[in-house]
Amino acid sequence: MSLLVAEGVTKTFAGISALDHVSLDVNASEIVGLIGPNGAGKTTFFNCLLGILKPNSGTVTFDGRDLTRVPTYRRARLGIARTFQRIELFSGMTPREHFLVAERVRNGKGKLWKDMLFLGMPTAAEKDKAAAMLALLGLEAVADRPVEALSLGVGRLVEIGRALMTQPKLLLLDEPSSGLDRNETETLAGKLRALQKEQSIAILLVEHDVELVQSLVERVFVLDFGTLIASGPTAEVFAADAVRRAYLGDLV
Amino acid sequence: MQQLISNILSGMSYGSVYALLAVGLVLTYKTSGVFNLAYGAQAFVAGAVYFDLRVRHAWPIPLAFLVAVFLVSPLLGVFLERALFRYLRTAPPVARLVTTLALLVAIPQILKLWFGQNPQYGTQGIVPNGDHAYNPFGTVFVNRDDIATIVITIVAVALLTLLFRYTALGLRMRAVVESPRMTELAGIDADKVSMASWMLCSVLAGLAGVLLAPLFAAVSEINYTTLVVVAMSAAVLAGLTSIPIAFFGGLALGIVGEVVDAYLPTNSVLASNLRPALPFLVLFLVLILSPSLRNKRELTDPLAGVDPPRPPPAAAVRSRFLTNATRAFGAAAVVIAGYYIFFHAASNWRDVAIQATILATIFLSITVITGMAGEICLCIATFAAIGACTTAQLATRFGMSVLVAMLVGAIIAAAVGALLALPSLRLGGIFFALATLAFALFFENVMVKFDWVGGGALPEAAPRPQIGSINFDTSSNKAFLVLCIVVLVIVSAVVYAIREGTTGRVLAALNGSEPAAASIGVSATRARITVLALAAGIAAIGGGLLAMYEGSVNYNPDFVYFQSLFWVVLVISLGSRTIEGAIQAAIGFAAFQIVILNQVVPWIVNHVQPWYHMGLPPQTLAIILLSIGAFTYAKHPEGVLEFQKARSLNAIQRGIDRFKGTDNRTESSGELAPPSEPFSPAPVSGSS
Repeated sequence: MSLLVAEGVTKTFAGISALDHVSLDVNASEIVGLIGPNGAGKTTFFNCLLGILKPNSGTVTFDGRDLTRVPTYRRARLGIARTFQRIELFSGMTPREHFLVAERVRNGKGKLWKDMLFLGMPTAAEKDKAAAMLALLGLEAVADRPVEALSLGVGRLVEIGRALMTQPKLLLLDEPSSGLDRNETETLAGKLRALQKEQSIAILLVEHDVELVQSLVERVFVLDFGTLIASGPTAEVFAADAVRRAYLGDLV
Repeated sequence: MQQLISNILSGMSYGSVYALLAVGLVLTYKTSGVFNLAYGAQAFVAGAVYFDLRVRHAWPIPLAFLVAVFLVSPLLGVFLERALFRYLRTAPPVARLVTTLALLVAIPQILKLWFGQNPQYGTQGIVPNGDHAYNPFGTVFVNRDDIATIVITIVAVALLTLLFRYTALGLRMRAVVESPRMTELAGIDADKVSMASWMLCSVLAGLAGVLLAPLFAAVSEINYTTLVVVAMSAAVLAGLTSIPIAFFGGLALGIVGEVVDAYLPTNSVLASNLRPALPFLVLFLVLILSPSLRNKRELTDPLAGVDPPRPPPAAAVRSRFLTNATRAFGAAAVVIAGYYIFFHAASNWRDVAIQATILATIFLSITVITGMAGEICLCIATFAAIGACTTAQLATRFGMSVLVAMLVGAIIAAAVGALLALPSLRLGGIFFALATLAFALFFENVMVKFDWVGGGALPEAAPRPQIGSINFDTSSNKAFLVLCIVVLVIVSAVVYAIREGTTGRVLAALNGSEPAAASIGVSATRARITVLALAAGIAAIGGGLLAMYEGSVNYNPDFVYFQSLFWVVLVISLGSRTIEGAIQAAIGFAAFQIVILNQVVPWIVNHVQPWYHMGLPPQTLAIILLSIGAFTYAKHPEGVLEFQKARSLNAIQRGIDRFKGTDNRTESSGELAPPSEPFSPAPVSGSS
C-alpha cells in the first residue's frame, strides 16, 4: 500500500507554472528518488509535500489521510521527517541536544505546567535514545560540541539523526549530497542504506547527483520544467531517451 | 465643508513632517539595516538646537536653521555611525534594535542636561510671523508655518528622489542595502556609503525636528517621540522598503489624524482618551493588519552565511569543580549580605533589598522573553502595571486577600499577554517589538485613565498582606522582605524549570532555526503565545508586589512605557540569558542607586564646580550611564556581566589546569578547536 500519494499537484508562481499535474507515490519502507535538472521544480514539489507551499490544485495524502489542511508541524507529527538542502540546525545547541529536543517533541511533552513543576527534565530513557542515535550515526566524538563547530558533512548527519528521532514513517531528503565531496557522499549513502534497512522507513530522495540516486533507489521519478517526464525502476528510467535529453541535451 | 478643508490643510503640515520622518526611517533601514527607534530623539536634538539659537539667542532664521539642520544634525548622524552602527552592520537585528532603544533612552536625557529639564515654551517656525494665517477661499485658514512646512517637504523629497535616481552615491547606497559585503567586494567603501546615508537621514530628522517645533506650544521630547510613532506606522505600511509609500502614507496619516480628531465627540471619556492614543492605535493596527509584513523577516545580508561560527559559550569549557566553587561563593555572598541587611544594617538598606528583589522578579520576565525566546518585548512595565492594578483593585474594592489578588493579576496579565501574542504572531523581531511598544503606549494613554484600571484621580491603594498572625506591615519591612525573597525564589525556580524543561529546549530550537523546528513538529504559534503569557504573568507578580510595597499603584513613575525600555536595556546589557543575570541586574541597579547616586554623585556635584552648576539629577545620570552600557550588547549578547564573569572564571580555570599540569585543552584560549576528523569515512554497520 502506498504511504505517500501526491496526485496532480499543480503550483504556479505569478502565472509561471512551476509544477504541472505532478503525481508521485512512495510505498512503505521503500527508497524512491526524485531527480531533475536545476529549476525543474523539485524543491517546489518538496515544499508542497510539506505544506510550506500551498499547491493550486492536487492532493497529497499520507497514510490514507488527506494533508491539504494540515500545517507543516502537524505533518511532522504524523510521521513525515525531512532534512534541508541548505543545512538548518539549531545554532548554539549540541548534536545531543538536537536529538533530545526532537525526542521530547515527539513524545508531546511540551506541557508548560509540567515544566513548571520540574517534570519536564529529560528522562533516562530519552537520554539513552539520544545516545543510541549518536552511536548509530557515529557522532559520539562530537556529541557535546555546539553545531557551529561541525563540518557540513557532520551537520548533515545531525540533521538526519534529528529527523530520525521523530520516528518517521517517511523521510524526505532534500539534496543531501549538496556541498559534500565524493568521499563524504559515499559515506552518507552507506549510512542511509544501513539505516533504511534497520528501521524500515520509506525515503524520498530529492537529488541531482545521478550516481547517488542510482546507487540508492529502487524507483525514480524525473521532473523537468515542472512536469513528470519519466518514472519507473531506476535502470529503465536512466536508459530512457527523454531523461538523457533533459540531462544531457539533444546531442546524445 | 470649509471646516473639512481647513482640517485637511492643517493635517497636511503634520502629514509632511510624518512623511519626512517616515522616509528617513525607511532610508536608514534600507541603507544600514537599522530600524532607528531613536529617530524622534534625533529630531528632538535639532528642534532643541534651533529653539536655543533662534529663541534664546535671537539668531537670524537662516543661520539658526542652517546650524540646526545642516551642521548639528549631520554631525550627530556621523557620530552615531562611526561610534556605533558601523560595527553593527553584521550584528544580529536584535543587537541593532537594542542599540537604538538605548539611544532613544539616552539622547534626550543627555541633551536635557544642556537644554534644561522642562519643556521650553515659545516655539518659533522657520518663517517670520509663522502664525499669520492666510484666508484664500473665504473661511479656510492656512498659516505661514504650514505653507513653509509643506513646501520644504516637497523640495526635500524631490531632491532625495533625484539623488537616488541620478547620482553615483544614490546607486551605491542602493547597492549597500542589498549586501554591504558584496558591495565591498565590488570595490566600494561600504563604510563611506553608510556614513553618507546616516548623514542624510539625520538631516531629514533635523528638518522634521525644526519644522515640527511651531506645531506645538513647547519643545519637549515627548512630542517628538510620540510623533515618530505615527511616522513608524507609515514606514511599516511601506514594509520598510518603499520610500514613496512611506511618504504618501505619512501624508495620509497626518490628514486622517486631523480629520478624525475634528470629528471625535469632545464630551465622551472614551473619545478624549482615544485622541492622544490615536498614533499608537494606528501603529498597532497597521502592524497586525498590513499583509506585507506577514512572515517577513528582517533585512539580512545574503552573504551573512560566510561569517565564522560564533565561539562556543565560555561556560561550556569550565570544570565541574570551578562551577560548584562559583555557586558556593555566590550563595555565601547572598547569605552574608542577607544576614547583614536583616540584623545589622539601617532600615533603608532593607528598602533597597526589597526593591532589588521585586525588580529581579520583574526582570525574570525579560529573561523568559528575550533570553529564552529571543524576542524584544517593550511592554514589560505594562504587564507589571496590569498586575499592580488588579492587585490593588481586587484587594481594596472587593476585599480579596491581597496575595490571592496578586495571583489573579498574574492570570489576567497572562491572558492579556496571550491575546497580544495572537495578532502579533507572524511579526518577527522589530515588528514584534514595535507592536508591544504600541500596546504599552495605548495602555498608558487610554486604559490607565479608566477608573476600573488606574483607579481614577488618586492612585489605587494596595494593602500589605497578612497571613494568620504574620503581619507584613510597613513597621519593620523584615517580614515583607522575606515574602519578596520567597516569591523571587519560587519564580526563579519556575523559570529555571521551564528553561531546562521541554519548553526551554523548544524555544532554543525555534531560536536556532524556525523551519527546522517545524520539521520536528514544533508549533511556533503555541510556543510564542506560551512565552508571552508566561512573561506577562511573571511581570504582573512583580508589579503586584511593588504596589503592596509602596502602598498604592503609582503608575507614574513605576510603570510608564519608558520604564519598559529602560528595564529591557538594563537587563539585556547585563545578562538576559540566565536567571542570575536578571538578579544581578536588579541588585546592580539598586546598589548603583544607593552607592553611586546617593553617595558618590552628590559628593562630586558638591565638590567639583562645573558639575555643581549643571544641576544634574542623579536619576538622569543613572539612565544615561546604564543605557550607554547597552551599547556593549552587540559585542556581548550574553551581557557584559556574564561575559566578564566567564572571562575571569576561564582565567582561574586555566590557572588551575596549569597548576595541576593537566591542561588537555587548547593552549591559546578556552575556545574549542574544530573537530580534527571532519567526517569518519568508515561506513557504519548496524551494530556499530
